[in-house]
Amino acid sequence: MGDKGRGWNLGLAGLLTPVTIWLGLFFLVPLLLILAYSFGTSDVYGGITLGFNPSNYLRVFDPLYLQIIVRTFFIAALNTVLCLVLGYPLAYFIVFKGYRRRNILILLVMVPFWTSLLIRAYSWVVILSGNGIANKFLQFIGITDEPLTLIFTPEAVLMGMVYSYLPFMILPLYASLEKFDTRLKEAAKDLGASRWQTFWRVTFPLSMPGVIAGSILVFIPSAGEFVIPQLLGGSRTVMTGTLIQTQFGPARDWAFGSALSVMLAVLLLAAILFYVRRVGTDKLGGM
Amino acid sequence: MAAKTGGPVQKGVGKLPDRALFLFSLLVYAFLYAPILVLMFFSFNSSKSTQNWTGFSTEWYGALLRDQTILDAFRVSMIVGVTATLIATVIGTLTALALTRHDFRGKTFADSTIYAATVMPEIVVGVSLLVFFVATFLPLGIELGIVTIVIAHVAFTVSFVTIVVRARLAGMDQSLEEAAQDLGANPVTTFLRVTLPLILPGVMAGALLAFTLSFDDFVITFFVSGVGSSTLPLKIYSMIKFGVTPVINALSTVVLVTTMILIFGGSRLLSRREGA
Repeated sequence: MGDKGRGWNLGLAGLLTPVTIWLGLFFLVPLLLILAYSFGTSDVYGGITLGFNPSNYLRVFDPLYLQIIVRTFFIAALNTVLCLVLGYPLAYFIVFKGYRRRNILILLVMVPFWTSLLIRAYSWVVILSGNGIANKFLQFIGITDEPLTLIFTPEAVLMGMVYSYLPFMILPLYASLEKFDTRLKEAAKDLGASRWQTFWRVTFPLSMPGVIAGSILVFIPSAGEFVIPQLLGGSRTVMTGTLIQTQFGPARDWAFGSALSVMLAVLLLAAILFYVRRVGTDKLGGM
Repeated sequence: MAAKTGGPVQKGVGKLPDRALFLFSLLVYAFLYAPILVLMFFSFNSSKSTQNWTGFSTEWYGALLRDQTILDAFRVSMIVGVTATLIATVIGTLTALALTRHDFRGKTFADSTIYAATVMPEIVVGVSLLVFFVATFLPLGIELGIVTIVIAHVAFTVSFVTIVVRARLAGMDQSLEEAAQDLGANPVTTFLRVTLPLILPGVMAGALLAFTLSFDDFVITFFVSGVGSSTLPLKIYSMIKFGVTPVINALSTVVLVTTMILIFGGSRLLSRREGA
């Protein structure tokens, strides 16, 4: 290992220069810039005066905006739970009951994972619209005579989100369950544990890394989601993402938009840290 | 498993949850695929409706091919996707090499930045880049357009490439490189003739991921694209906003089928390489 670099040298500098420039200039600097803007003051023409003005952050507590932010986190959390409830049994099924068809079964999850979220959200626009298939089905089974308003509701947004993000939950769950040593299950059974006990006390705790990874992969993008609420929620189910876009679009209030963005990023970071600490170490440590 | 080892009573107990699990999984698959299939089905509708089936026709595919704005958007998406993928793959591979082969001050910071770039909500990345480009590029005379889209796409895909290539490098036997160097190969020759061929599946997987992320990206592109240049997702979005027509279904079907072919082809290619 004599040539393995310890400390800086010319070769290492060469390897790292491109990424330092790209992520530094086009990821970190822009983030610092919105942090600076978030304390600035927007003028009526859409320009911005830098300074130390906390009013943009105080505006977040306006009930009008607070309601949107609370709704965003509520929908994102509910989406994460639903994806876990739907995704875990499927991942479990593929790993332990899929046998030789495992590969094809997981590939069937990867197809929606890789296809455009926009197109998948669009499919629900068509299904939930006024005389779409969902309404036809409800009329057919006699739940309603008149078409119901299904689209542009919080439920429609949640539906689109679960549909869009489910594969993001299944894949990490699959990856962690796949590494599972089935002899542990047999050992638990030999020691007299029921199927249920084996699952909750052996399999599930050992799959926690997958649960955590999947939850983060679902929660973060759904809290920042902008397309799905726009297409399925309309003006009645606004989420934080839509609110931010409005500030940078029609409202032209970049200072407030920046404050909302900074707040979203910080809240998400805090939520992840809290979640990993709470769920992660407790469950793993309690084993 | 229970059926093989357990007695008849256990067998009966084991069967019911298994059957329930099978049925549940089937329903989840149905949930994942039904909406896509409905969407594809109505792309062949003969009327302008995406809800009432009136007969089979391929006219919407014809309309798709005649729509110059869609073809232009596709061209922009391809140019952006290929350029951004090339840049991100080269930078990502170099970064992965630096992170696996070297210990240096600031490594934790580099690691954290790379992971932060993968988890940062797209909307935050999008608006911060918009603010950045308006503050720095516009004064330099660079308008929002293909250049800013490519820069943004490299910025959000490079971390994914780094992570994928790094995973491959971590599993690599370094004694092969040492052997090459002992035999007198210089670092560049060693990299090109030993390291690169060994990590190529990882590099290819990273490139494929970068291209897909770039080709599908809507949110970040939406903020940094300006008025002149529209990528395919931006075009699809404006079409949906403007009004639902089977042309969108036809376009979606083309995108979906292409994706499926790429995934199945790609997974075969990768599994063959891994086996070799």
